[in-house]
Amino acid sequence: MAGLFKPARHGGAALTLDPVEASILRSLAVQMLELLGPEDEPAEDEDPLARLFAEGPSKAPDDPALARLFPDAYGEGEDAAEFSSEFRRFTENDLRTRKRNDALALVRGIDEAGTDRKGRTELKLDKDDCGRWLGALNDLRLTLGTRLEVSDDPEEAEHLYRLPEDDPRKPLMMAYLWLGGLQETLIEVVTR
Amino acid sequence: MSVAPVEIERTQWDTSSLDETSPDIPWVTIVHNDPVNLMSYVEYVFQSYFGYSKDKAKKLMLDVHHKGRASVSIGTREEMERDVQAMHGYGLWATLQHDK
Repeated sequence: MAGLFKPARHGGAALTLDPVEASILRSLAVQMLELLGPEDEPAEDEDPLARLFAEGPSKAPDDPALARLFPDAYGEGEDAAEFSSEFRRFTENDLRTRKRNDALALVRGIDEAGTDRKGRTELKLDKDDCGRWLGALNDLRLTLGTRLEVSDDPEEAEHLYRLPEDDPRKPLMMAYLWLGGLQETLIEVVTR
Repeated sequence: MSVAPVEIERTQWDTSSLDETSPDIPWVTIVHNDPVNLMSYVEYVFQSYFGYSKDKAKKLMLDVHHKGRASVSIGTREEMERDVQAMHGYGLWATLQHDK
């Protein structure tokens, strides 16, 4: 898989995906949306202002990937658990919404670009899109990385890079590495 | 005990008297190393959000990478919560604590 970001003619970033790449990327973004869960829909007669003040969860998610996406804010000190809980109640909903919107930007970008005669998807991202795509790509890598138990240990890294073809983790690993290349090249474009 | 309203208002907005009675130990935002985040991305976040120079951003990123963590900002608890929230928004693993 080789689709990588390049600078676009009038600023922003450009990406060409073949049909397989577009399908995989879209599928990963959709899975991210499923992982994040739906936006809380207000009840019919619910006061819309109440939703603005609705509090989020008090404790970290059980799913390790979600726990990495929504980590505790206080790590040490005797009040860490209580402060983390309070911080989470006031901030997790907004963070979740942001990540949802970033993943949606990926799906919509691919859908709206359509395909050319050769079935390729030509994407043109403006500055705002670049920010959303960076967020979405990073969230995807964090999620895949957690599932694959990626670590800094060089031996384990070697092992993961050289998984045999029939290892069920191989496709996830290939996607993880490709997303790294996508993110790396997008960063190069935006920081030019 | 009753206090004239004017005096209450002055005390509320007069922060110098607050500093004398409640010295605020500064809080810091710590960014922790993690095996997934790209070094280029961490550097980009430090430049983008904090407005640090390329050199400072790179130095902080290398501290995170080699030492396992780095203190990236300092201020009140409220300010550090805002920075931690921003770091989480970018997908970095960050916590806040009292400066030591």
